[in-house]
Amino acid sequence: MSIVHSNTMPDTVNQAMNHSPRIEQCFAALKQQNRPALVSYLTAGDPDADTSRRLLHGLPSAGVDIIELGMPFSDPMADGPAIQKAALRALNNGQTQAKTLEMVRHFREENSTTPIVLMGYYNPIFCYGVERFLADAARAGVDGLIVVDLPPEHDEELCTPAAQHSIDFIRLATPTTDAKRLPKVLANASGFIYYVSVAGVTGGSAPTSERLESSVAKLREHTELPIAVGFGIRTAEQAATIGRFSDAVVVGSALVDCIENANTPDEAVERVHGLVSELAESVRACREVEERMEEQLSV
Amino acid sequence: MNQPVDLSKSLPDANGLFGSFGGRFVAETLMPLILELQDEYTTAKNDPEFQRQLAYFQGDYVGRPSPLYFAERLTEHFGGASIYLKREELNHTGAHKINNCIGQVLLAKQMGKKRIIAETGAGMHGVATATVAARFGLPCVIYMGTTDIERQQTNVFRMKLLGAEIIPVTSGTGTLKDAMNEALRDWVTNVDDTFYIIGTVAGPHPYPAMVRDFQAVIGHETRSQMLEKKGRLPDSLVACVGGGSNAIGLFYPFLDDPDVQMIGVEAGGKGVKSGLHAASLNGGTPGVLHGNRTYLLQNEDGQITDAHSISAGLDYPGIGPEHAWLHEQKRVEYVSATDDEALEAFQVCCRQEGIIPALETAHALAEVAKRAPTLPREHLMVINLSGRGDKDMTSVAHHLGDKFGVKNL
Repeated sequence: MSIVHSNTMPDTVNQAMNHSPRIEQCFAALKQQNRPALVSYLTAGDPDADTSRRLLHGLPSAGVDIIELGMPFSDPMADGPAIQKAALRALNNGQTQAKTLEMVRHFREENSTTPIVLMGYYNPIFCYGVERFLADAARAGVDGLIVVDLPPEHDEELCTPAAQHSIDFIRLATPTTDAKRLPKVLANASGFIYYVSVAGVTGGSAPTSERLESSVAKLREHTELPIAVGFGIRTAEQAATIGRFSDAVVVGSALVDCIENANTPDEAVERVHGLVSELAESVRACREVEERMEEQLSV
Repeated sequence: MNQPVDLSKSLPDANGLFGSFGGRFVAETLMPLILELQDEYTTAKNDPEFQRQLAYFQGDYVGRPSPLYFAERLTEHFGGASIYLKREELNHTGAHKINNCIGQVLLAKQMGKKRIIAETGAGMHGVATATVAARFGLPCVIYMGTTDIERQQTNVFRMKLLGAEIIPVTSGTGTLKDAMNEALRDWVTNVDDTFYIIGTVAGPHPYPAMVRDFQAVIGHETRSQMLEKKGRLPDSLVACVGGGSNAIGLFYPFLDDPDVQMIGVEAGGKGVKSGLHAASLNGGTPGVLHGNRTYLLQNEDGQITDAHSISAGLDYPGIGPEHAWLHEQKRVEYVSATDDEALEAFQVCCRQEGIIPALETAHALAEVAKRAPTLPREHLMVINLSGRGDKDMTSVAHHLGDKFGVKNL
């Protein structure tokens, strides 16, 4: 398999050919800046194809580092009401897997650096055809996949084939993932680890940060991959708190709510990008206090 | 029929697969629990004390064994095969559902769980779950679609009397699949203390195998009852199939008997060609939903489409994975019956046998009406009379009321 990006990959990573360079480069650059990544989630096609495209294209300049784009599914079992409704809005307006991939291809025409991770459920991918989907996704410029209902027990379905297309398979670790199970969860993970902050569905209650910090620290003992934290994070303040000890902060339902609450497409775009800017500012500054303290200590 | 003799013994495999169907397609949060459940169930299956308790409750609480009844008048009416009814509607709570609920609640107790949740369509599984939860003193939450609540008021009231909390589900079409989504969301949120009693042979492994095993008592009894009555095995078995728990319960102990023919009857709604039906095998394609791969009603983009059936209990866009596998193995023949055919058979059963069957069960009887007249009297045909129809009076009155001068119930 020939991968054109190989010259940009660090030599030390043996399996570089099987991974997305954009995700790796993104985290490497942020490490230099000593700040966490801001990861946004929006459902593709929500509220309609046009508005969704405008929302997507404006995310990087509003301050998003990594984009999660939801592939709408009629029966999103792991999502709360906000994302359920987003999926229905998108589907009712004619969103399909093909249109979602087309959105990514369009986005890549003007942006070649911001990683895009497609998130969703297995059935729409399975019905599209796994090989066809991976080939089309790779061609469109997709960097990673988060598929909620594919645990490591089913790696042969999508995780293993995705590596052949240099698409990362981002694994979820959760509060119920105990020490015995963790190695299995991490075994074929790539890109980053998505730590689900609370047992529950998206958009639920906020996690308590002390317990979260120790969970992330424990996870870090077992993996070199960056650790993103998501589920229940809504505000700039929460993002800053969690961004101090994690490598990325994921905000989804709060952004999706901006769309739900807007009266017009313009207002939806304004509200979403407005909240993203707030969150972005917050994660950019979240470690500065610590840095200053460290400087003072070292003086 | 040319079948391997160990059809029933080897499946599912360690990953819960029946061929390519089944599996454990669930969120990571649920995986540790599902693996624990699998271990606990494997232990219970071989634990004489657990089996003793199960047998005790099946006998003294559920009222098993249920009779295998020779339906003489139905046999005469159709003028062909000898028709036997496996009287699951005589069980406590009026359907086969409690066979499984008793098993699962014993497992929940053993695992130290403090709270029971379940989904329900027609409400029979909800009632059976609320019943065992009451019996074992556990709080119980039942998820039920708003459409189903509307058409199954009596069962809603029964569940409330039994102390269960009913949570109406408005998402999607407000039917069984949406109730199952919502129950899964509850489970993932309350994973530490909650036991999810799935009502059919679907969901992630080990549920399809576990529910099958608890329901297999139907087939085991039928086998010995028929041997006792006629000195031989039945020639054919007929059962309705939504998720497919009553059907697999009857079929499973006969899978390795190649001379026993099996027919599963799906809900044909307004007809499979109309697109308004719940016949996943006859009108669906393989996909992944609710933790397993099976045949689903879905569009070409993998979005689940609505099921349609006069019977709330069959109104589900999927089917248990073992049925999908048996369908592809051609071990079981899967046909469908329309709403109208089911209503017709429903009335025949009322008038000929004095038994008011559930609308679900009426789909199986509709197939009997087509098949029995073509067969000789020596042909022994067993129908799983999976539930009684008291719960369906409102729906039936809606469709047939005029005929009897009844406007509304």
